[in-house]
Order: sequence, then C-alpha cells, then structure tokens
Amino acid sequence: MTDALDSNALQISSLAKTYKGGFQALKGIDLTVKQGDFFALLGPNGAGKSTTIGVITSLVNKTHGQVKIYGYDIDTDLEKAKSFIGLVPQEFNFNQFEPLMNILINQAGYYGVDRKTAVVRAEKYLKQLELWDKRNSAARELSGGMKRRLMIARALMHEPKMLILDEPTAGVDIEVRRGMWDFLRQLNKEGITIILTTHYLEEAEMLCRNIAIIDGGEIVEDTSMKALLAQLDIETFVFDLVPHDKIIQLENIESRVIDNHTLEVDLSKKQSLNQVFEQLSNQGVDVLSMRNKSNRLEALFVNLISNKKSEKQPEKSTVVEA
Amino acid sequence: MNNSIALKSILTKEVQRFLRIWVQTLVPPAITISLYFVIFGSLIGSRIGEMGGFDYMSFIVPGLIMMSVITNSYSNVASSFFSAKWQRNVEEMLVAPVPNWVIVAGYVGGGMARGILVGLIVTLVSLLFVDIQIHNIWVIIATVSLTSATFALGGLINAIFAGSFDDISIIPTFVLTPLTYLGGVFYSISLLPDFWQGVSQINPIVYMVNAFRYGFLGISDVSITTAFAVIGFFIVTLFTIAMTLISKGIGLRS
Repeated sequence: MTDALDSNALQISSLAKTYKGGFQALKGIDLTVKQGDFFALLGPNGAGKSTTIGVITSLVNKTHGQVKIYGYDIDTDLEKAKSFIGLVPQEFNFNQFEPLMNILINQAGYYGVDRKTAVVRAEKYLKQLELWDKRNSAARELSGGMKRRLMIARALMHEPKMLILDEPTAGVDIEVRRGMWDFLRQLNKEGITIILTTHYLEEAEMLCRNIAIIDGGEIVEDTSMKALLAQLDIETFVFDLVPHDKIIQLENIESRVIDNHTLEVDLSKKQSLNQVFEQLSNQGVDVLSMRNKSNRLEALFVNLISNKKSEKQPEKSTVVEA
Repeated sequence: MNNSIALKSILTKEVQRFLRIWVQTLVPPAITISLYFVIFGSLIGSRIGEMGGFDYMSFIVPGLIMMSVITNSYSNVASSFFSAKWQRNVEEMLVAPVPNWVIVAGYVGGGMARGILVGLIVTLVSLLFVDIQIHNIWVIIATVSLTSATFALGGLINAIFAGSFDDISIIPTFVLTPLTYLGGVFYSISLLPDFWQGVSQINPIVYMVNAFRYGFLGISDVSITTAFAVIGFFIVTLFTIAMTLISKGIGLRS
C-alpha cells in the first residue's frame, strides 16, 4: 500500500550494497527527495552515485535497506514503483541499429502505452529535443549530443513523475548542454521531480534546489543548495584591468597579480567588493570587468571530500604535516 | 499496466530485428537446405533407396525442416538477447514495469516466429525437389510450435549465461548440431544397433523429429504421446529455469 501523499518522491532508508568480491558501494545511506524537487546527487568517481541509481531503478540488487518511490516500496510494489521513474543512464544503452522512432515506441510499449499514443509522444519529444529530422535514422548515426537527447526523449515516453539523469550532459558541447538545461528546467516547472548526477558542478548549482554529496558509500552532505553555498567562506574574483605598469598593493585583502592586466582577489564574506574598487581607484588602476574565478560549488565539493578523507586518515595527515 | 502492449512491443521488436537483417537470417537456411536436398536427396539419396517405406528424399524432408526450425529458434533468441545484454538495451525492459514472464514470452515468441518462418521457407524450397504429403496437419503445427518454443527457451538461457559472443556459439556447435545430426534427421533409429537405439532415446531431438515426420508421413520411431510428453517436459523445465534466472537477475543485475 502507498503512502504517496507524504509528498516524498523518493525515500531511501539504510540502503546498503555490497558487491560480489566484498566491495561495499553503499554503507547504509538515508536520502529523501520531495515531489517536484530538482535534486543533485554529487560525488567523486566510485562514490556510490550510480549504485544508488541502480538500486532505485532495479538494475542493481540491494544488500539491505528500503527504497520507496512515491510511497511504493520496491520490495513489495516493484512494478508500480518502476512506473513512476524515467531513467537517463550514463552509458548509451539503446539498440544502435534501430531507428529512433522504433526505440521510442517500443520503450513506451514496455510501460503499457499504446502505439497510437506513443507515436504522438515520440513526435512531441523528438521535436522538442531537435531530433525530428533523424526519426528514421539508426541510432548509431547520431552524434554524442543527439544520443544523449534521444535517451532523454526515451525516458519521457511514459510521462514519468520522476526523472533520474546520470551524467546527462557528459561529453556534450556547451550550446547543446544549455539547451538541455532549459528543457530540464521546463520539465521541472511542469511538476516532474528531477534527480541529477553530474560532474559539471556548475550544472548542479544552476539547476538544483537541493543537493546530497556522497563519498565512499556514505552521504557526507544533504542540504539545500543555498545552505551549502552559504558555507563558503572565501570567494575568488578575477579583475580584468586596463593594462598598467603600477605595483598594486591591497591592504587587508588577499590578492595575486597575474599579469599587468589581471588581478585575483580572495574575499571573505565579511569583506566588501567596494574596498577593492576603492583601493584600485586610489592607486590609479581602472577595472574593465570582473568575474568569479571558479565554480563556488566546486570549491565546497573539494573541501567536503578532502575533509572526509583527512578524517579517515588522521595519522597519515599528521605525519605529512609534521 | 497493460501487459499485452508490453508483450506486443517485445514481439514486434524481435520480428522487426530478424526481418531487417533477412539476408543473414532467412536466406542462409534456404541455401543450406537446398544443398542438403541436392547432395543427400538427389545425389546420394537415389542410391540409398527407401527408408521407412518412403523414398529417401521424402523421408529426410521433415527432419531437415525441423533442423532449420531448431537452429533458427535457438540462435535468434541467443543472439538477440545477448546483443541486448551487450549493448545494454536489455535495461530498457528491466527498468520498465514489465513482468518477467512477459520478457520471456516476448523473446520466445520472437524465436518461434523466426523458426516457423524459416520452416515455411524450407518447406517451400523442398517442394522444388519432392512432393510433400501431409498425414496430420495438427501434429505438424503442434510439433513445430512446441519445438521452436523449447529451443527458443534454450537460446534465452544460453544468452543469460553468456559473457561473450563465443559463449552463444558453443552450445549450437558442440551440443545442438551433434544432437540434431544424431536425432534421426537422416536415418531411422531402428537401423541402429540396440545399444545406440537406447542411447538415442535420451536425445530429445529424436522425439521432435519423429513426431514431425509422423505429421507428414504417418511413420515414427517413437510413440507420439511420448514425444509430446518429452517436449512438454522440456518446455516446462526450461521455462522454469528461464524465469528463475531472470527473476534473480543472473547475468542481468549486479
């Protein structure tokens, strides 16, 4: 029986997975994703992201724990639970020799969608994802970006309530990636819960409202994107300057001169950008433009993962520091 | 969830697959069987004389048709399901709410479709060499359907366990072909010494070929009831094994 009205799209409790050979990919994780959320699941390679997705989508058998999808337990209501999910896997996993239309119509059929409805939906999603011209081509003839979009179209054919995307923009050029971001935002606006894993942390920062970071089979952070970014103490800005021959010295502000027209500045939350502008102006240096040096989430991510590693190996760190 | 739509989708996909590559799937059996007819039927067969009260060509036709059905039913599912595993598009079905019996039935249905279609093609080719008579059409239909289902299930189990393309050619080469050649396709097992007649009794293909031959010629080395019981036993056993393997995710889920 479902308790779907509890508003959770996904609820994972004490989920563990040990593969044959003894590798413990998940060590009893708990995770909740609300309905309508745009959720990021991040972690370094081998952290347990794909195993988690594998268990949710029944491609991986769990060792123990509980997974509920819209209130349906995968142990007792697997088929019902599966019907809510659309999966965009990391690897291309369609028949390379089949035409796009066949791939989409067959996939809809596996979910009990009749052919007439499937044809209409296939046309809709192929057009939205700019693949309509290729509808009769074999999948192997598509470019990498097109194949990724085909997998998104395929995942939507049964109109799932929850879309899980495992590295959906890997190897995709920036223009296509931005197009995919817009498409995913639109799906989320329409009410589809989206769970995203990505290596592009900028992508997670731009799209997702909530985030969990997994490392070594454990959840090391599970919070809102805002709360996570608020943890960031220092931010680095790059100033593009009018070329000059002056020696810049900023008081009480950490800075690095890169060349005669570039300056990097580290600012804590308590410091104002105005101080930088004021000091540069006083020294006769004009600012042309300014930008963040690196992705803020990336800095936090590295910080969280390295903190965890140093917690695990205190003796080794001590020796190195000594 | 409408299981009939899911089943139809898998079946359609499977039939489209072997029709799309018809040069690889439908033409070779017709050529191979033509060669059998020319060599064993016309050239050598004319020197053999009668077998079981029929000229040799008429005697071997049912066995050759059945041989094509067995080989094609098996290899269709073995090849298609293993390719789906290899390309990972089997995941399309595994993530969907498709019951395991629908997956099994869909692939077996696809194997049966190819086996029976090839059987029809081979039958048409044989009409160029011999006049075919029909003793009992229902026995023919039942035998060909059940036999193709049996070997389609065998192909599915082979593909589930297979880890490479080599693994799906080992069983056909080292098990199926010898069993078929020793299964009474080219001779009546009553010609064998008693010991080898006894050994032939444990070859399931003997029962299939003889039941099929009975449908055409009205002669058989074994009881038709026993033949259907043996085929039924193999279908139930192989279906149970296939269902268990897919339910446990052997070779499919980590």
